[in-house]
Amino acid sequence: MSAVPADSARAQQEERENFLVFSKGFLSWALTLDHKRIGLMYLIGVMSAFFLAGILALLIRLELMTPTNTYMNNQTYNQIFTLHGAIMVFLFIIPSVPAALGNFLVPIMLGAKDVAFPRLNLCSFYLWVSGAIFFLAAMFYTGLDTGWTFYTPYSTTTQGPVVAATLGVFILGFSSIFTGLNFIVTINTMRPPGMSWFKMPLFLWATYATSIIQVLATPVLGITVLLLAAERLMHIGIFDPEYNGDPVTYQHFFWFYSHPAVYIMILPGMGIISELMSVHSHKSIFGYRFIAYSSIAIALFGFLVWGHHMFTSGMADVTTIIFSALTFTVSIPSAIKVFNWLATMYKGTVQLNTPMLYALSFIFLFTIGGLTGLWLGALSTDRVLHDTYFVVAHFHYVMVGGTLVGFLGGVFHWWPKMTGKMFSELWGKVSCALVFIGFNLTFLPQFVLGSRGMPRRYAQYVPEFQELHVISSIGAFILGIGLFVALGVVIHSLMRGRKAPPNPWGGATLEWQCSSPPPYYNFATPPRVNDPYDYTPLEYRDAERGWEYVHPPTTDTPATEPEPART
Amino acid sequence: MLLADVNETFWFPPKASTFAQETDSFFMAIMWISTFFFVLIVGVMLYFMTQYRRRPGYRGDSRALHNNALEITWTVIPTIIVIWIFARGVYGYMDMVRPPAETIDINVTARKWDWSFQYPNGAISDTLHVPVNKAVRLRMRSVDVLHSFFVPAFRAKTDLVPGRVTTMWFEPIQEGIYDLFCTEYCGDQHSEMIKRQGVFVTSYDEYEQWLAEAAKPPTHPVAHGYWLYARRGCKSCHSVEPDRRIVGPSFAKSYGESLTTSTGESVVFDENYIRESILNPQAKAREGYQNASQMPSYQGQLTEDELMAITAFLQAMKQDDFISVVADEDGLTKEDAISLGFGDEEDSAETAEAGAQEETAEGDGTRPESEEASGEATSPDAEQDQ
Repeated sequence: MSAVPADSARAQQEERENFLVFSKGFLSWALTLDHKRIGLMYLIGVMSAFFLAGILALLIRLELMTPTNTYMNNQTYNQIFTLHGAIMVFLFIIPSVPAALGNFLVPIMLGAKDVAFPRLNLCSFYLWVSGAIFFLAAMFYTGLDTGWTFYTPYSTTTQGPVVAATLGVFILGFSSIFTGLNFIVTINTMRPPGMSWFKMPLFLWATYATSIIQVLATPVLGITVLLLAAERLMHIGIFDPEYNGDPVTYQHFFWFYSHPAVYIMILPGMGIISELMSVHSHKSIFGYRFIAYSSIAIALFGFLVWGHHMFTSGMADVTTIIFSALTFTVSIPSAIKVFNWLATMYKGTVQLNTPMLYALSFIFLFTIGGLTGLWLGALSTDRVLHDTYFVVAHFHYVMVGGTLVGFLGGVFHWWPKMTGKMFSELWGKVSCALVFIGFNLTFLPQFVLGSRGMPRRYAQYVPEFQELHVISSIGAFILGIGLFVALGVVIHSLMRGRKAPPNPWGGATLEWQCSSPPPYYNFATPPRVNDPYDYTPLEYRDAERGWEYVHPPTTDTPATEPEPART
Repeated sequence: MLLADVNETFWFPPKASTFAQETDSFFMAIMWISTFFFVLIVGVMLYFMTQYRRRPGYRGDSRALHNNALEITWTVIPTIIVIWIFARGVYGYMDMVRPPAETIDINVTARKWDWSFQYPNGAISDTLHVPVNKAVRLRMRSVDVLHSFFVPAFRAKTDLVPGRVTTMWFEPIQEGIYDLFCTEYCGDQHSEMIKRQGVFVTSYDEYEQWLAEAAKPPTHPVAHGYWLYARRGCKSCHSVEPDRRIVGPSFAKSYGESLTTSTGESVVFDENYIRESILNPQAKAREGYQNASQMPSYQGQLTEDELMAITAFLQAMKQDDFISVVADEDGLTKEDAISLGFGDEEDSAETAEAGAQEETAEGDGTRPESEEASGEATSPDAEQDQ
């Protein structure tokens, strides 16, 4: 058969040209301009940060098994919860989906070779690395104890390395701005012929909305932390009441960034879920335009609701009421997304594999996270629940149940594409089950703790709360085991995984048209742009070949000769 | 005390103020709405997961689906519901921020890491005593960092912001003893900035009686010094057990000792050192404590007599028998003071009672004249409403 040598020749070429092995050596990675390599390096970076902050979370839960100091004193506890929060927010959640998965996927989903500014992209990665080193060194060296929010005047008077840590945040902010800028330009200018705005995959819509927030809101954080450092070093008198400043001003500045930042964290997760729900239901996404518009609506409304972090801070009554009203507006686009994801499954062909189970877990957990926001947006209940464990549980349901679970779903979904290796479905599902059970066991009791009045950031607590804290801690360890299993699954896949076909799940977005892992140039010929959610021309062959087009998808681009690949 | 537990439920602490009924039933209303949507969403999800799962012999329909009527329905219905939630939240909130015309005003000072309450008759205490069925207004300030006043049983919480005065009010409806928590992170001892069983809701008569008693410090300087130590925030950072460090140095066995400051200077722990350390705490910080959280100055907050009383108390803290009495569980009680010779012998039962009656006649439970003026100055909002 003549097809066999041709196939094996193609396989050899793929083997040779795939982006992981095309060039070798440390410098080929350290100085790479390939968005896929940068994405992978980000992935390793953010996962290390997550691992570190996760261990700290377990230390916190271990300490909270008893009402009094067990093995940490108050100061250590305060430093550890600060480290946990700060690392999770600045080093993991914010860069997790956009920088790691976004870098890998945005150009390929556009059928492009790279992002618009590859050097800026590498620069952004190194800013992240140096910001992270700066930040971690500062915090581990002397111990920061301000909480990740750096509230003044505590942060201007405490003995910790506040200035160094804020400069770390400043540097990390630039990394985030560069990534956002790069994606905005890439999506605006590099869409292939035929891919109009409303033929873009929803992941790109979500990334676009996120990038807008990154570019518009992050500079405010930069200014805020610089002012904070100036207040500390020079007493410029803007935040510290001792020098005629006002701490509430700091809170306005801080949340003007940090509330939109919540949407930097969750929007990309929502983008992942839109892809996963459609691909694994093998059905066109329901209400495409509504999901796309709701991403933009969330990004815009997200800028107007920061005051809901300050309902007890002593703002004027009218301001407080306006912020409450605005806060509820942002709940509607999120609800629209959830309903559309559900409708996507209707009459579809739902494949309950690992990525899909993570996506379904996301919907379950995010629904709880979103609904519990109703108590906190409403003024009278928020007065009671503010700064209690109810808030802790609420934002963990959104940030962990939402973003982290979405991120894990995305990692499993695109893992075969990124590494060219399949993973163990069985153990992937086990990890998902453990994460799901462990997560709920950790955070459901915290809602009750909060409504009973347990305040946050307490190293010691009154004994009647112990029972619920113990349940929560047990849950945290199950969650930890689940995450270790997930880590084991991907490591095992790297070493022993079966070779992945180009399209293992039957996805119709462009990244599934190139080989797994993609060649360093992504596409030898411009890929055929088709409806990203039209699955009719795809058919499942077998485990080795995955899904293939039975007939070429309709195309808006004239077939052109492949350009010779250039190195 | 037992009363406090009567209304305790799975979700809520006791309902001890007028806010509790509305907030709790609103909480449960949102709970039912959320439960409805949660069951709907997860129910549909589970149904679709099983009904449309990939299996032999089943072929789904992968056509594009889109339904404007459905989209509008699931946009409009949640919108109406959140408008209702918003409105009811505002309704409850307006009640929380609009105190009635007649209130008992108590000044609250928060510092790292203790609370201090100043009552209408001038009494200062570290516990909060309020009468049942009377509206109480708190005028709150912080001398160092952000704190937040939270009594779960009252469903009332407001931040204390340095450089500003914040106010809040509540009306207790159930006698009992409750907890007070600080809910804004404030540093090392944040989780100990609580008044465990330190909020007393009593009948008006008992409140008046306590108030009269609290306004009368012991006359013996040592007992007076201890009284100030326990009430004015010293004890949250300085222990009375030798070598036990909470935040600052222990008070036991310090007087007369010579010690080294953080700059290497040698000073004697005497009257002038004590005075300076209270009024200007950073002037001669002790070696090894330069990284401890800084003590706020008490300049203008303690009278000269009170400074002398604290000095006398610290001097007495040299004696082992005194330390052992002070360091035991109930601190320096009246009986302890008498047995050690620091008691007020003339402090008989009649004078206490007479004092109480005098106070009752004076303080009629409403805002006294002198407080009125400062109330106007600090919170125009509250006055507007009257």
